[in-house]
Amino acid sequence: MFEALSYFTLQQYWWAIVSLLGALFVFLTFVQGGQTLLYTIAKNETERTLLVNTLGRKWEFTFTTLVTFGGAFFASFPLFYATSFGGAYWVWFAILVFFVIQAVSYEFRKKPDNFLGAKTYEVFLVLNGLFGTILVGTAVGTFFNGAMFSLDEMNHVTWATPFRGLEAVLTFHNVALGLSVFFLARVLGLLYFMNSVSNSNIMERSQKHLLYNAIPFLVFFLYFLIALVLKDGFAYNPETGEVFVEEFKYLHNIVALPLVTVIMLVGVVGVLWGIISSVLKPGTKGIWFAGPGTVLTVWALFLLAGYNNTAFYPSIYDLQSSLTIRNASSSQFTLTAMSYVSLFVPFVLAYIWYAWKSMNRKPIDEKELSEEHHLY
Amino acid sequence: MFEGIDLALVNWSRAQFALTAMYHWIFVPLTLGISILIAIMETIYVKTGNPEWKRVTKFWMTLFGINFAVGVATGIILEFEFGTNWSNYSWFVGDIFGAPLAIEGILAFFMESTFIAIMFFGWNKVSKKFHLLSTWLTAIGANLSALWILVANGWMQLPVGMQFNPETARNEMVSFWDVLFSPMAVHKFIHTTTSAFVLAAIFVIGVSAWFILKKRELVFARKSILIASVFGFLASIYTIFAGDSSARDIAHHQPMKFAAFEGLYNGSEGAGLVALGFMSTNSSDPKNENLKDFTMKIEIPNFLSYMAFMKWDAFVPGIHDLIDGNEKYGIMASAEKIRRGQIAIAKLKEFKTAKDAGQVQLADSLKTEFMSADFQKDYFKYFGYGYISDPKTLVPSVPLSFYSFHIMVGLGFYFLIFFVFAFMYVIRGKIHKKRTFLKIAIWTIPLAYVASQAGWIVAEVGRQPWVIQDLMPTMAAVTRISSGAVQVTFWLFAVVFTTLLIAEIKIMTRQIKIGPKSEGGHN
Ligand code: HDD
Ligand code: HEM
Ligand code: HEM
Repeated sequence: MFEALSYFTLQQYWWAIVSLLGALFVFLTFVQGGQTLLYTIAKNETERTLLVNTLGRKWEFTFTTLVTFGGAFFASFPLFYATSFGGAYWVWFAILVFFVIQAVSYEFRKKPDNFLGAKTYEVFLVLNGLFGTILVGTAVGTFFNGAMFSLDEMNHVTWATPFRGLEAVLTFHNVALGLSVFFLARVLGLLYFMNSVSNSNIMERSQKHLLYNAIPFLVFFLYFLIALVLKDGFAYNPETGEVFVEEFKYLHNIVALPLVTVIMLVGVVGVLWGIISSVLKPGTKGIWFAGPGTVLTVWALFLLAGYNNTAFYPSIYDLQSSLTIRNASSSQFTLTAMSYVSLFVPFVLAYIWYAWKSMNRKPIDEKELSEEHHLY
Repeated sequence: MFEGIDLALVNWSRAQFALTAMYHWIFVPLTLGISILIAIMETIYVKTGNPEWKRVTKFWMTLFGINFAVGVATGIILEFEFGTNWSNYSWFVGDIFGAPLAIEGILAFFMESTFIAIMFFGWNKVSKKFHLLSTWLTAIGANLSALWILVANGWMQLPVGMQFNPETARNEMVSFWDVLFSPMAVHKFIHTTTSAFVLAAIFVIGVSAWFILKKRELVFARKSILIASVFGFLASIYTIFAGDSSARDIAHHQPMKFAAFEGLYNGSEGAGLVALGFMSTNSSDPKNENLKDFTMKIEIPNFLSYMAFMKWDAFVPGIHDLIDGNEKYGIMASAEKIRRGQIAIAKLKEFKTAKDAGQVQLADSLKTEFMSADFQKDYFKYFGYGYISDPKTLVPSVPLSFYSFHIMVGLGFYFLIFFVFAFMYVIRGKIHKKRTFLKIAIWTIPLAYVASQAGWIVAEVGRQPWVIQDLMPTMAAVTRISSGAVQVTFWLFAVVFTTLLIAEIKIMTRQIKIGPKSEGGHN
């Protein structure tokens, strides 16, 4: 069935899937956001253990989604993988190291004889939450603001700065996205605590901090959005592949892609409603609005970056080296083969849903942890 | 095209990949094997309802969890390293290599991470049957993830199912099934996973032996040894058979690797198998460290020919034959391969130049010529050789390949016998009296890790200088970055991973000393 699709349709299909994985990842960073709040929301060891265990049952998903996002990007747009990872070396390794230290922290924190001490593993969790989110957000910002690379005729990347990607922090627009992701992750983390932990102190403190984090999130995110709509963008000519700068490119995309715009609006309303309703009245439901809202909003942002003849990874050093979903993708054969694999995705989502449901029948409390054999 | 590639950069990048891959591989085989052992134990628990089996299951599960965490931490680095350190390679093969990695994520990693949560936290939350199913799905997920990465690795050893596209300067997949069912990939998968089962079985027997020596948990330890020795014995047999098949694949498709790990310099008909040997150090050619011979060896006549080609008197080419060529047996000299590779590269450049200059007709005709069956067979096949300047660099490290291979194979047979003894002693109820055997069992644990690491050294060092056999040499695969940057990340990972390893070993030994916890009665 996928054989019937044109090459370009397949490229768009895969851009949509990779974008969706990216969006799911941003939602799942509620784990990272929650990690930065361990000392704020928990005031004693019991409460902290409660929070760590609540997050600890989900961290693998965030991690796996990141890994799969990487794998799917490699498979569908290998030139991006080669260009950005090889080029922006320091940014990606910094991100990775902050995820490496997370992977062991849950399992090792409470175990006797753990070499570094429980405190160190908690610090690892905080660092992961802080830098993991900010760096990923900043790196994604370069999808809109460009990076400093050029490609030769064999598609080998040369990076134009010795900072190897770290120079992205010099563009405030990138950083604004990084900080938006960071505060959004904290907002989602708080909503997740309110949903999954049965403890009145934690509920109360989470609700209070929700407001403190929602405000900076909104400030940075609105700044990012408004600046995006007003800025020049990177367009290409689909006939010749030539890349050029276009005024108000992303505004044009919003107009040209009404469905994407609707997805974005629904998403933003969902996030806002999840936050506002929980700020006004403590409850467990906020995450059900803010979570899907996040997925839709981020998905739409990625789609704006790649659809409508837009270069999704522009080079501000050598414009013609910019990557588009046409020139960076795998061959038609590979995209077709992989599209069959993508048919498994709903099935995977279904069993994840079923597994979560059977595990989360009731919120976690201290009594449950005292009976638990496997404790983080 | 690759002028001015910094050798220090290539070597540091290799060192970094080797470091991270070998660290990853410390944790992977135990995950693969013990997850299945746990699933078997839990199955017995569900079938018999005997709570002792639940206790046994939970104990090994705790150790699994500790090991798993570091496996995950080290794995993510490897995945992204393809992009960060081997970016030229990522583009050259991304069209083929990316797909298995993505499928691994979608189908295997999610299965593992979803059901692992139920396996650890679901004892009191889901039904016994569903819990058992989750444990099995965790084990299957882990082993499925091995499948995809090994398919990718198998493809690098024997590139099949693809076609080079001069327009994009990369290899593009033309048959997914050829990639998946390449004999190299199939044998590699069986050999690697079963060898992981062997390692896990040895781990379980060794730890149980420690309990018996300490006169603790005797029932628990015997039950564990029983299961592990049967499982390990069966896995050993598969490991040996699949390893033998792998060796035959290599004899056909990577003759240089074969010659290197057999230590065969001068090919012959009816070649003998060197079962045990010491490489000589007093080299006749001091500049070229690789070309050494034996001072002492025990050789089984004609056996190598038989192993490699199923004929007692078949010709097995040696390193010299492969470098200098051997007309009698139709082996092309490497100088000639290099010449043909250079022609293929030059043709590609010509095409690119014509295309960039807008000479459409010329470009088209060059492309047609490049894609013609004859050019592909006679020239493109040797594409990678065009980057090689000195034929001697086509020889991988012979001592490293030879010793690694022989250590692995020797240990493989030893493990087989080891499982037989473990099984016999435990079934006859005498194992607690065999104190020497119990001590040996503990010391066999590190040997399993040695064999397993040695296997990867054979596979990866033996294929040097290629990342993709005959098509892309390692030096052409590397990301152009300062070697200083790679040094920094190398040491960073050396420190981080070593710290994690120490923490893991400390936690693990402590958990073993604590031993299985008593069950609270319910369930
Ligand atoms: C034969 C098996 C095998 C081999 C050769 C490799 N791995 Fe691996 N990998 C596994 C078997 C495995 C596993 C058993 O599935 C792991 C190990 C421990 C674990 O927790 O899962 C895993 C974990 C793991 C993870 C973390 C996944 C997660 O989030 O759960 C990543 C990203 C990789 N691996 C990537 C790689 C790459 C890029 C490799 C090649 C260079 C590689 N692995 C070799
Ligand atoms: C986890 C098990 C693995 C181990 C222990 C391992 C071991 C090694 C070693 C020792 C080297 C260094 C060789 C040298 O520099 O002489 C190496 C290099 C390399 N391996 Fe592996 N390997 C493993 C899995 C893989 C897999 C599954 C792949 C690909 C799918 C792979 C791809 C590479 C690449 C690209 C290099 C770098 C280039 C090179 O130096 O050859 N390895 N590996
Ligand atoms: C007598 C038995 C054995 C034989 C004949 C054998 C043969 C081989 C061969 C020829 C390779 C190289 C494959 C390649 O280059 O692609 C290999 C690789 C390997 N071996 Fe063995 N082996 C044996 C036993 C073992 C044992 C006991 C272990 C570990 C417990 C082990 C672990 C490995 C691993 C991890 C690899 C790398 C993966 C691969 O390339 O398949 N082997 N083996």
